[in-house]
Amino acid sequence: MPDLLRHAWLVARKDLQVEFRSRTALTLALVFTALVLVVFEYGRDPTAVPTLDLAPSILWVTFSFAAVLALNRAFHAELENDALEGLLLSPISRSSLFWGKLGANLVFVALVQLTGLALFVLFFDVPVWRVWWPLILVMVLASVGFIAVGTLFSAMVVRTRFAELMLPVLLLPFLLPPLIAAVTVTAKLLGGRPLSEVLGWLRLLAAYDLTFVTLATLLFPATVTE
Amino acid sequence: MLWARDLAHAFGAVQVLDGITFSLDRGQTLVIFGPNGAGKTTLLRVIAGLIRPRRGSAEVKGGRRAIGWIGHQSQLYGQLTVIENLRFWASLYDVPAGTVQERATALIARLGLERQTQQPVRTLSRGQAQRASIARALIHDPAVLLLDEPFTGLDRLAAEELRTLLGELAADGRASVLVTHSVEEGTELATEIAFMRSGRFAAHGPRAGRDAAALAADYRRIMAGA
Repeated sequence: MPDLLRHAWLVARKDLQVEFRSRTALTLALVFTALVLVVFEYGRDPTAVPTLDLAPSILWVTFSFAAVLALNRAFHAELENDALEGLLLSPISRSSLFWGKLGANLVFVALVQLTGLALFVLFFDVPVWRVWWPLILVMVLASVGFIAVGTLFSAMVVRTRFAELMLPVLLLPFLLPPLIAAVTVTAKLLGGRPLSEVLGWLRLLAAYDLTFVTLATLLFPATVTE
Repeated sequence: MLWARDLAHAFGAVQVLDGITFSLDRGQTLVIFGPNGAGKTTLLRVIAGLIRPRRGSAEVKGGRRAIGWIGHQSQLYGQLTVIENLRFWASLYDVPAGTVQERATALIARLGLERQTQQPVRTLSRGQAQRASIARALIHDPAVLLLDEPFTGLDRLAAEELRTLLGELAADGRASVLVTHSVEEGTELATEIAFMRSGRFAAHGPRAGRDAAALAADYRRIMAGA
């Protein structure tokens, strides 16, 4: 176990170092997030539907598509000089590699989400401060399982011809359960409902995370071994 | 150091390896000549554990930790500098931190990369990147080297330097398997020679003092009998 986590940390640190040097995917995801929020802010009639009713859907649709953009980069850097082969040749376990990639993706998506949340507050003037910690909890719970699946699929499609198109097509069905749960919980929290009212949804998200992190960890070695 | 027993593998209906058997001791270098599609790279990938063979087994004393791979792709991260790449790969092989700097400095000096140490790999020329790739492959002091067309893209001088280095590594007691389609490139390094055709060793044995011209004649004769 210590070796698994230590090697995972090495992979995650390297991934983040590579990403922060190039900043390509991060910039892309942040610009995308800002653009979507701007479109929703200025492209709708604010008198037709109250902002508070629409805000959770806008927030989570933005997060989801920005995350898909971010996930596309997970294995892309490994293709540049066939570094993926080097990783597979090294003595680290396939599970370490997966957890390292998952860790880097979580940090990456968290950065995009936190920036998106700040822009969301700026554009929509939604009172998130009184529910900030349950909201962060929902963001974490709704992201972990989905990103685990995304990391697995990213490894599967990275060598295919249309990887950028394949990933969202494969991923979106798996995105629906956490997306529905996250939108519902966010709506209730922003509507001033007590946390106890959404505990069932939070448990559902935790179960989703546990199931898909476990499944993705078990399936990952098969996706990278011929 | 290295044993391959009755290796067989197929991609779909295409048999790419069929009954490959050999073993190597310390200091021995097996050079495998063969045309494109003969199964040379697949054989190396099976030995390295990247492909699970349909039949037979390959074993390297010391496991994956004992293997160093040099191919025509550098397996380096373009955004990271040469020294950052070496530190990363060394960490995956659990090379003690105190040893990494010492070993990296020695390899960088041996490969003439002193001026490129702090340069991102993406800014290196093909020859420099190949030398950095050799440093990466040797940073964990492997006992077995797998060399997949390592001279591809190198100019005459760089290829000569690489041949000298590989000769020194063999003299240090490392066992190597080098695959190439060019008889001129690997002959000097070989203690064992194999000609590969359609996934089989068409001929295999000691080099027995034969020079490149004699081997080229043997190669043409054996391939003409296909």
